[in-house]
Amino acid sequence: MNQAARSKSMTIGEGGTAAAFAILAFLSLIIAAKAYTAEYAFHAYLFAAGSIAAVFAIIDRYYSRPAQTPLTIDGKPNYNMGPVKFATAIAMFWGIAGFTIGLWAALELAFPVLNFDLPWISFGRLRPLHTSAVIFAFGGNVLLATSFYVVQRTSRARLAGDIAPWFVVLGYNFFIVIAGTGYLLGITQSKEYAEPEWYADLWLTVVWVVYFLVYLGTIMRRTEPHIYVANWFYLAFIVTIAVLHLGNNAAIPVSLFSPKSYIVWSGVQDAMVQWWYGHNAVGFFLTAGFLGIMYYFIPKRANRPVYSYRLSIIHFWALVFLYIWAGPHHLHYTALPDWAQTLGMTFSIMLWMPSWGGMINGIMTLSGAWDKLRTDPVLRMLVVSVAFYGMSTFEGPMMSVKVVNSLSHYTDWTIGHVHSGALGWVGYVSFGAMYCLVPWLWNRERLYSDKLVNWHFWISTIGIVLYITAMWVSGILQGLMWRAYTSLGFLEYSFIETVEAMHPFYVIRAMGGALFVIGALLMAYNLWKTVNEPAAVRVALAPAE
Amino acid sequence: MTDSSYRALAEFAQTWGLVYFFGVFVLVLVYALWPSRQKKFDEAARMPLRED
Repeated sequence: MNQAARSKSMTIGEGGTAAAFAILAFLSLIIAAKAYTAEYAFHAYLFAAGSIAAVFAIIDRYYSRPAQTPLTIDGKPNYNMGPVKFATAIAMFWGIAGFTIGLWAALELAFPVLNFDLPWISFGRLRPLHTSAVIFAFGGNVLLATSFYVVQRTSRARLAGDIAPWFVVLGYNFFIVIAGTGYLLGITQSKEYAEPEWYADLWLTVVWVVYFLVYLGTIMRRTEPHIYVANWFYLAFIVTIAVLHLGNNAAIPVSLFSPKSYIVWSGVQDAMVQWWYGHNAVGFFLTAGFLGIMYYFIPKRANRPVYSYRLSIIHFWALVFLYIWAGPHHLHYTALPDWAQTLGMTFSIMLWMPSWGGMINGIMTLSGAWDKLRTDPVLRMLVVSVAFYGMSTFEGPMMSVKVVNSLSHYTDWTIGHVHSGALGWVGYVSFGAMYCLVPWLWNRERLYSDKLVNWHFWISTIGIVLYITAMWVSGILQGLMWRAYTSLGFLEYSFIETVEAMHPFYVIRAMGGALFVIGALLMAYNLWKTVNEPAAVRVALAPAE
Repeated sequence: MTDSSYRALAEFAQTWGLVYFFGVFVLVLVYALWPSRQKKFDEAARMPLRED
């Protein structure tokens, strides 16, 4: 012990990171003292507190860690699963928070009195809180957890970096806290899915670059000759999100002491950059990243190789080359040049091919193992997620066609479309992956209860169906009412009449959302029990098969 | 940006952009479907299934 303690010294990474955080703490305190607004001062204090906590955590960890962390133990890779466990657990927390905020926002639309005239929980502030919580907090942590798991397992190598992986997961979640509290306090740059202001964006940039380096470093350490396809999708997600984030947040702050900044783009260019970003947040965050999950977890769970590895390569390159051009379909019939709108629509329609190629590849991986759909509710969740992926990637290109868009745009149909993708595809593939990951990470033989997974699956599925059908009807109704003319050429309905007509569908949508929240609560209970219930009891409770 | 440079850019994107993308797609097809890679890809497909 003494020998080990004597030969132990602080690494450059530890010392450098601690020093950097100490400087950040100092700067944050200066900014807090001179901040123009109380809200910004609050954020500066959060940065200071977080930085000081980081310094203490690094020093504390130095004293408790062994002198050397071996890369392999008995010839097997010494996987680093701590950050994966953390991201998995906090994803569940953010998921329930994000779904619940969404439910509350949905209820506010049906019953506006529910905002209690409080600015902090008005719909305009809750809505970005909901979207960011589900996409970036829930989805982001699922991606961090699964990507760090998959890259280690398929590279057969320990995660690169010592402090770096922890910096990524903790730093990312700190960004989430800054973003979320900012929305409630009214700090926003009002760009959809890119609401956080300049200082939060800068922080995320640092975290993201480290994420990229850890990921790439692990791949470079690999003992496998080939880089498995899931890693290609994760890498495309990491690289493209970095580029999108930098392009769409090119802003100049009013002052170091002000949260407010102005974007360098103007007019229609700003709109185009925003939707180049916005659509590729869907394409690379919510699609490419989660396709990485599909390509690892479905084969693993079904114990079958990918249906066609060749198709997966064509799927990958076609998807990344086409998605990046689809953004202009968000700007049909605007000041954007006509040919650019048509280009966006054309690329969206071409996306049918890789999207469905990927869906076929995912579902057909079960060929020869279809019976598992009956017996394994986790696998069923994963496969149904791919079916939802197919459905929403059929709907999306259709809605990008200009004539369809002239009816669907600005209506609830868009909300329905987004949620069939978000709840059905992203939600289910994440749930499936987490149901796989928790027993693997905590060395449990199986989940606490497969029956509860089954309940989760059916309750949530009914919830999703209620949600999207309500929004289809509501959206088309809305679109038709907006464009209805009388015989004299006047608009037939006033705007408030169209709002009134939405009411029953908003109530149904909220009911669907409530079912989805209940499903997620069942899941959290099940995962909690899986980790904390002693093994003997767990086996006794398992249903006979 | 002047009108003519805008036009030149738009025209370039609408012609050579198409050729470039089609070329890349053909390269991807050739890479993925090349017969001698069958064995390598079959092995790669089984990567998640191996335990260590």
